[in-house]
Amino acid sequence: MTPVRAPADLIAAVLGGDRRALARLITRVENRAPDALEALARLHPHTGQAAIIGVTGAPGTGKSTLVNALALALRQRGQTVGIVAVDPTSPFSGGAVLGDRVRMTDLAGDGGVFIRSMASRGSLGGLAAATGDVVRVLDAAGFAIVLVETVGAGQSEVDIARMAHTTVVVDAPGLGDDVQAIKAGILEIADILVVNKTDRPGAQNTVRALRAMLELGHRLRNAGHHGAGLLPAPLEALAVDSWTVPVIETIATEHTGIADVLAALDRHRAHLHGTGEIADRERQRVEAELLARLREALLARLLAAHDPATLAETVRRVVARELDPASAVQALVAAACGDGSAPPA
Amino acid sequence: MTDEKIRVLIAKPGLDGHDRGAKVIARALRDAGMEVIYTGLRQTPEMIAEAALQEDVHVVGLSILSGAHMALIPRILEQLRAAGMDDVLVLVGGIIPDDDIPALREQGVSAVFGPGTNTDNIVRFIRTALAAPSA
Ligand code: B12
Ligand SMILES: Nc1nc2c(ncn2[C@@H]2O[C@H](COP(=O)(O)OP(=O)(O)OP(=O)(O)O)[C@@H](O)[C@H]2O)c(=O)[nH]1
Ligand SMILES: [Mg+2]
Repeated sequence: MTPVRAPADLIAAVLGGDRRALARLITRVENRAPDALEALARLHPHTGQAAIIGVTGAPGTGKSTLVNALALALRQRGQTVGIVAVDPTSPFSGGAVLGDRVRMTDLAGDGGVFIRSMASRGSLGGLAAATGDVVRVLDAAGFAIVLVETVGAGQSEVDIARMAHTTVVVDAPGLGDDVQAIKAGILEIADILVVNKTDRPGAQNTVRALRAMLELGHRLRNAGHHGAGLLPAPLEALAVDSWTVPVIETIATEHTGIADVLAALDRHRAHLHGTGEIADRERQRVEAELLARLREALLARLLAAHDPATLAETVRRVVARELDPASAVQALVAAACGDGSAPPA
Repeated sequence: MTDEKIRVLIAKPGLDGHDRGAKVIARALRDAGMEVIYTGLRQTPEMIAEAALQEDVHVVGLSILSGAHMALIPRILEQLRAAGMDDVLVLVGGIIPDDDIPALREQGVSAVFGPGTNTDNIVRFIRTALAAPSA
């Protein structure tokens, strides 16, 4: 019934604050529709204004409840808030139940908030492949703050740390001591640690354990943010970070401690700008993104250059031990690119 | 390469606390490969329309077992229209007396599914309705 609008139209509407158009554009971007690339290219000059805040942590620690409380507090300060909440796609059916909105009902009816649920669609690492692009659309649409809730995971989620300016890791009492090792991984990406559910028994133990672990490890500047390796890391990237990760206690269901989290977010943003680290992070983010897109594009081209029968035959030969995987790849690349080292410029 | 999924909002309007059916449907649609946004209990018509718009869903599924459907559904349909979401497929499930169904369909509800409905029928209905040219 509703006519499909051309990207130029849709983009003008999004920039003009049309929420229906925004929702539709997000769908196109999420579906990787053919015109989404053009839309993103046109929106790119309008991005770079929003503060992007990642919220991650184990399942059920209270990420959505915290996002709800934080967004409410940000709205009280007059800042507009875009929210992207990612939940896992079922590997069996490809479907998903996205339930984060259940905890965000305080934000209903506020035109300064836009909440979008996303399924991970097979992507690992806590986000969907298109999450970065959806965040960019919200940024271009003018939201001052974009909050990104990852899939509940307890592993080191470097993806969110690469995408966000500030990463908040949420922990809660009662997750068991056996997750200490996992916590070590996620500590590396935390700019702010929140111990939520401090109304529950054992909260002080969790706080103490996290503080102890923070004291043990000297955090390297930008730990978890690099690793893309497209450009050599500048020397100062190895200097010890001057930011001290705060551990903040909250009861998100009661909006307790939220002002402290907000203050820490403000301090971290001031730190990023004051030290110039914001530029480092932005460069590393772009670098990681370019690499990921290059990988995807080159792989698609390489696969397209080969007859599926050739690929099947290669698999058969490796299985039969006639060929080893590394040599097989070398041969496939060489056949597609000519000399096997690099595609012609 | 596009990767389209059927997106469905499942909402519990009003003060009705019976959420088993809504959860059963959410899971069944997920298992059929759809992306289901579950809103939880106590949703007002305004909240439902707002969520449907932000999530850009193809289908809005309402689960009502409280008997308040004749009061709630017209207001929800009105809010959906006001939000420009008049092209979504609206489905209703729960305890709906047969006598009420013609009036609901008249107002714009596409189908009503009562207790004991096989979820396969619901999946098939959604797929067929969205494949039709008017959807
Ligand atoms: C279990 C139950 C409860 C449980 C609910 C637990 C829960 N969390 O859901 C409890 C004990 C809490 C409960 C409480 C009450 N209940 Co009760 N309850 C039932 C009962 C026995 C079964 C409901 C159920 O879960 N069925 C299983 C699910 C899977 O079926 P379903 O919801 O019908 O869903 C199917 C279809 O309807 C459809 N469907 C449902 N939703 C949707 C949505 C979409 C989009 C689609 C496509 C399809 C669809 O597909 C499903 C699969 O086939 C029914 C009687 C009955 N046989 O239906 C009474 C019933 C619903 N309850 C009733 C009443 C009155 C109450 C109370 C008011 C009792 C009281 N006085 O305290 C309270 C109110 C609670 C509240 N806050 O709202 C009445 C409602 C009367 C009416 N509407 O006129 C019923 C009909 C019993 C009766 N015959 O009187 N109840
Ligand atoms: N006691 C207590 N419960 C809380 C608190 N914060 C959240 N909860 C409850 O914890 C449960 C999970 O909260 P969510 O916000 O959905 O947690 P989540 O981390 O987003 O969960 P996933 O997205 O599934 O990983 C809900 O029942 C919340 O009401 C808190 O501070 N104290
Ligand atoms: Mg959540």
